Amino acid sequence: MTILVVAEHENGAVAPATLNTVAAAAKIGGDVHVLVAGQNVGGVAESAAKIAGVAKVLVADNAAYAHALPENVAPLIVELAKGYSHVLAPATTNGKNILPRVAALLDVDQISEIVSVESADTFKRPIYAGNAIATVQSSAAVKVITVRTTGFDAVAAEGGSAAVEAVAAAHDAGKSAFVNEELAKSDRPELTAAKIVVSGGRGMGNGDNFKHLYALADKLGAAVGASRAAVDAGFVPNDMQVGQTGKIVAPQLYIAVGISGAIQHLAGMKDSKVIVAINKDEEAPIFQVADYGLVADLFEAVPELEKLV
Amino acid sequence: MKVLVAVKRVVDYNVKVRVKADNSGVDLANVKMSMNPFCEIAVEEAVRLKEKGVATEIVAVAVGPTAAQEQLRTALALGADRAILVETAEELNSLAVAKALKAIVDKEQPQLVILGKQAIDSDNNQTGQMLAALTGYAQGTFASKVEVAGDKLNVTREIDGGLQTVSLNLPAIVTTDLRLNEPRYASLPNIMKAKKKPLETVTPDALGVSTASTTKTVKVEAPAARSAGIKVKSVAELVEKLKNEAKVI
Repeated sequence: MTILVVAEHENGAVAPATLNTVAAAAKIGGDVHVLVAGQNVGGVAESAAKIAGVAKVLVADNAAYAHALPENVAPLIVELAKGYSHVLAPATTNGKNILPRVAALLDVDQISEIVSVESADTFKRPIYAGNAIATVQSSAAVKVITVRTTGFDAVAAEGGSAAVEAVAAAHDAGKSAFVNEELAKSDRPELTAAKIVVSGGRGMGNGDNFKHLYALADKLGAAVGASRAAVDAGFVPNDMQVGQTGKIVAPQLYIAVGISGAIQHLAGMKDSKVIVAINKDEEAPIFQVADYGLVADLFEAVPELEKLV
Repeated sequence: MKVLVAVKRVVDYNVKVRVKADNSGVDLANVKMSMNPFCEIAVEEAVRLKEKGVATEIVAVAVGPTAAQEQLRTALALGADRAILVETAEELNSLAVAKALKAIVDKEQPQLVILGKQAIDSDNNQTGQMLAALTGYAQGTFASKVEVAGDKLNVTREIDGGLQTVSLNLPAIVTTDLRLNEPRYASLPNIMKAKKKPLETVTPDALGVSTASTTKTVKVEAPAARSAGIKVKSVAELVEKLKNEAKVI
């Protein structure tokens, strides 16, 4: 049994989500190989070779694989997949974009966003916005799986010494082209990797008021998130959304400010170690999952909290 | 151009589902069913393309039980011209749904297929990408903006770090994200008119589509409950607890 992990990488570095995905692969058991596809990714492959528990790194370095266009990358993975029992990718927007295309080309179901490995063919995954957990068993010859990164503790980024092997295959479907990217520039940590997350909801009132959260986050070294209600209201961009339809986070500390606690939001943060809720409505459902609840006006409580931490 | 829109009948997003006592699934008896919210966004986008004069005909397709006709009627009331139900009592996985949609695409030859990025029941986020694989078309997933530019489609996508724009050859597959548009409500006159619009029913068998699956659900359980903690009286007490009790700051 050999497992292929499709590496997530950005700016010439292995993304942390790759380490959680390798951890899921290690739970399944067997040799773990990592595929690094992209352009000028020699450095990424070198880093991937150092990941603990990785036996081999395959590197497909080609202009066609730049920007991870699924029309080009999926056929590459399909070609490689035949030698593997499992193909895993993190359930990032990139993994979710590419892997179902791979599964369909292999004529197998994909198992999305697993949170635990029961055995080599049986996995648990949340459904209905996390209101139910399904145990699913796959009979596919190649099991194609995306991994919810918060379900698995990352393996060490250092300590391995895998062989690096180049893959010659070049697939350019010629059906799609990258135009541009607008990435949010921030000195704050990435939401899904942050140890502390401060999130705002509809109670923030408007986008400008998020400055209170940014100030608190900067003091704590935290990332800033938002509920779907805050995104729908146009306060902040969608890439800040925490919830079933946004990002799934599980930090050491999650501070929910002016968030009522809709099911769909809870699905995205309820695995956080410690949850703090600040809300002026003492009946808000968020208090039912919070370790520490503070019934207060957020516009007084947040600046005070910023001063005291 | 002809636009195909896929819609799924799912439990209404306001319903808190409960797991059945025998752990065979969630209890859907007597709960409100609706069109999947991401599919509503897909229908809205198609209707806007028609209002702009880009789309000439909108065909709504559902793969599901007889009752999914309700959601197709809703799509017709919102502005779709006709509807097709691929009727099956089986609960199909994404791949089987994608195969059924592929058969409809072969028949209808649309230039653009719009789907929701995920259904809020199975939370798979697969069908659009799978349909793109089976048709060999380009895909623009998690779209927040869709623009037809000549024989290309520019799709701005919501990605983890921000936004990415790709240019796709037509025909293409698009899956919708939340910010693509705000769906309208169907007006009463349009709901009445929708009753007269054509709705065709076919079966997967008649389309020659296999509904075989490589996955089986062993059991469905309620998630581990998280118990409520304590209420603190002041910010100072909160900071004290976080520092000395929880030790997270």
